[in-house]
Amino acid sequence: MSAILIIEQVLNGLQFGVMLFLMAAGLTLIFGVMGLINLAHGSLYMVGAFAAAAVAGATGSFLLGLVAALAAAALAGTLIEVVVIRRLYAAPHLDQVLATFALILVFSEGTRWIFGSFPLFLEIPDALSGPVTLPGGIEYPLYRLTLIGIGLVIAVGLWALIERTRIGIQIRAGENDREMIAALGVDISRLYTLIFALGAALAGLAGALVGAIQSVQVGMGEPVLILAFVVIVIGGIGSIRGAFIGALLVGLTDTLGGVFLPEVFKLFMEPGAAQKSGAAIASMGIYVLMGCVLVWRPTGLFGARP
Amino acid sequence: MSDAAPILETRHLSKSFGALKATDDVSITLQPGEIHAIIGPNGAGKSTLIQQICGALRPDTGNVVLDGRDISGLSTQARARAGLGRTFQVSQLCMEDSVLENALLGAVGAQGAAWRFWRRALETAELRATAEAALARVGLSDEAATRCANLSHGARRQLEVAMALTLRPRAFIMDEPMAGMGAAGSKRLTGLLDGLRQEAPILLVEHDMDAVFALADRISVLVYGKIIATGSAQEIRSSRAVREAYLGDAE
Amino acid sequence: MRIAEHWVNGAVLIGIAALPLWALLIDEPFTITLVTRAVILALAAVGLNIVLGFGGLVSFGHAVFFGLGGYAMGILAYHAQTYTVLDLGFFTTEGTKSMPIIWLVAMGISAIAAFFIGLLCLRTSGVYFIMITLAFGQMFYYFAISWAQYGGEDGLSIYVRNGFPGLNTLVPIQFFGICFALLCLVLILKARLQRAPFGLALNALRQSEARVATMGLNPMRIKLLAFVLSGAITGLAGALFADLNRFVSPAMFSWQFSGELIVLIIIGGVGRLMGPVIGACVFVALEHFLGGLTDFWHVYLGLILLGIVLFGRGGLLGLLTGKEGAHV
Repeated sequence: MSAILIIEQVLNGLQFGVMLFLMAAGLTLIFGVMGLINLAHGSLYMVGAFAAAAVAGATGSFLLGLVAALAAAALAGTLIEVVVIRRLYAAPHLDQVLATFALILVFSEGTRWIFGSFPLFLEIPDALSGPVTLPGGIEYPLYRLTLIGIGLVIAVGLWALIERTRIGIQIRAGENDREMIAALGVDISRLYTLIFALGAALAGLAGALVGAIQSVQVGMGEPVLILAFVVIVIGGIGSIRGAFIGALLVGLTDTLGGVFLPEVFKLFMEPGAAQKSGAAIASMGIYVLMGCVLVWRPTGLFGARP
Repeated sequence: MSDAAPILETRHLSKSFGALKATDDVSITLQPGEIHAIIGPNGAGKSTLIQQICGALRPDTGNVVLDGRDISGLSTQARARAGLGRTFQVSQLCMEDSVLENALLGAVGAQGAAWRFWRRALETAELRATAEAALARVGLSDEAATRCANLSHGARRQLEVAMALTLRPRAFIMDEPMAGMGAAGSKRLTGLLDGLRQEAPILLVEHDMDAVFALADRISVLVYGKIIATGSAQEIRSSRAVREAYLGDAE
Repeated sequence: MRIAEHWVNGAVLIGIAALPLWALLIDEPFTITLVTRAVILALAAVGLNIVLGFGGLVSFGHAVFFGLGGYAMGILAYHAQTYTVLDLGFFTTEGTKSMPIIWLVAMGISAIAAFFIGLLCLRTSGVYFIMITLAFGQMFYYFAISWAQYGGEDGLSIYVRNGFPGLNTLVPIQFFGICFALLCLVLILKARLQRAPFGLALNALRQSEARVATMGLNPMRIKLLAFVLSGAITGLAGALFADLNRFVSPAMFSWQFSGELIVLIIIGGVGRLMGPVIGACVFVALEHFLGGLTDFWHVYLGLILLGIVLFGRGGLLGLLTGKEGAHV
């Protein structure tokens, strides 16, 4: 069990975490301000990935692919907000769940219709491929390091947006009292559309960035969506800070658990069984974490206290 | 009346929300057979007080005592079973169900019958009898089959009282029963409450001064979470402290 | 066009019973299998409807119980068919291929799981509840995938359908009969439950939790019991489903299936006794006919669903009987 391996896995966990944060931040904002649970967020992640893969594949430029991802996801987000989502703000949660579930069906099958069932490929740009040497002699993929960087930059950017801009004030006020900000003359419709599109763009970006290291295929968004839910439950609905801390916790727990649990099991089991049991239990790790947080704080670490 | 042991008592109840002292050392009693009204300007903390008595909110310090028994640690449902009959300021009714079905709910709770799965509630004699008696008492028998969503506001307030009745309570805690009532409805409800005090005393939070002065044996005035005066209607009406609290320092 | 709900319910049940008999006459065993599938899905959805329609709890993780029931069947039958022993430490068994025993085990395990999951989830409400139940579904899903001993991602095949004393379960119409009888039994129990004091309390809980507590009822216990009953019924359906297909796989735990169960209920009408049954029949019919037309029929399902949610409240039953909302 070398220090190098540990540091590598910690970095992997961080990378996983910040990408989750991109998803969770959008979701928690949408829920915090608009009171809407959005299952279609995973579809927006997928749309971003497919747009990036298609454009990068056609033009050879990863950067253009990223731009396409942001644009496509934001556009898709705006479209569904205007057509479907805005009828749901006052609706019971069941309706929101069903309508956004329906959107998943439409997006997933629609994408399969257009692109077929086989995964697309999105290549890491040459400039970012290959390892970089970190202090201590550790070699780590430059691309993953970049992802961590991008994630942190966005986290800071979001913080600045919420704490330091007028839109941010509106968002914070909206989280506290929806009726009041409407009464104060803020254009609610536009604010909501903006927030939704912002969340969508973040999801699409995450999809594109991760699509380069995993595959771009239909249904890639939902597992990430559900993980993002776990993040929000742990962090507390409506809290960006909670989403950030929660995402890092989830990312680290999942990555480190998957690596270390089998090792721990090997101490008292034979290697084959230890590997299998360890992997199986590790796959439940984040849910156990979620359960523990819930027992202690039913509304999450930074959520509104009941 | 003051010799008998109080049915309900709060002792030094205090609750703060951050820097805001919502309830400040409140000690009040409810004697058998009396109607004790709590009045006070908006924001005085009446709702917070009710919630602490009924179990929806935990006080920072202080006790709630029912029939000599400390119920401070009990849940809302346990206090209801112990004999606290609460009515809500904003009606909490099962809107989709009929009046009778709502009344049956109280009977089910009071008789611990929630764990019956086979026999229809409507056909269970004890439950139905309790429910129908309560409805008759408040004058809602004719509306037994009406869906709550279709009830008039006044009838809903009556149903609130009926549901508290099904518990066969030791004390009623009523949060603004007159809320939203017109003159005729208020009068009818006032008449109902007047007769109710014999079955169980009523702790009444109310804004409607006509009803308060018509019904209350004692009145306590709550201002900024603190009881500034307790006494008969006469005493309260002539109290300078009370007038200042309501009208400011005006002459 | 308003028809009394009783008539619609009766007609549906008669229709479900009649179709396989007719298929038997014209020798179309596949149709019988299709109707059996609808009946089993209906059973799973009836289970969910206890907490969803009745209790107002949007559980997006009921696939957990479906999968647990299926795997209970799969594991017991696997050990029986391979003549290996299942050693749980405190208890060993050679497995079994007897349906009644398998059902009891499936229901028992699902009930126990529902109890513990409920203890954790029911402390939350609203969106948290939805997300947590979804998360639990995933947990079991990934666990099943990594559990290589029982097939992992590829699933587990059971060579021969399990047996029911006195019947030849391999014959489609007889297996259908078993499933249909179970569905009817559960429907009767649920109908009684709805009108009983417990049902009254659960129904009230959906409408006003504050009210229920002030009536001396314990909301948590009521919700928990409803959740346990609901889980047990869906677990039973899972065992039957696994028997129908003679196959168990982690997909039984998937979030997509949890979503489908909710969709079934919505199509038929939330909170109504036969809502899930009608919904299941419509869903299976759509799956069969639309699915035959195009590979991408889920798009149409999605659009239909959107239509129902945005425009048509009350589902099909609401449309036929002219009543709205989850009033039972």
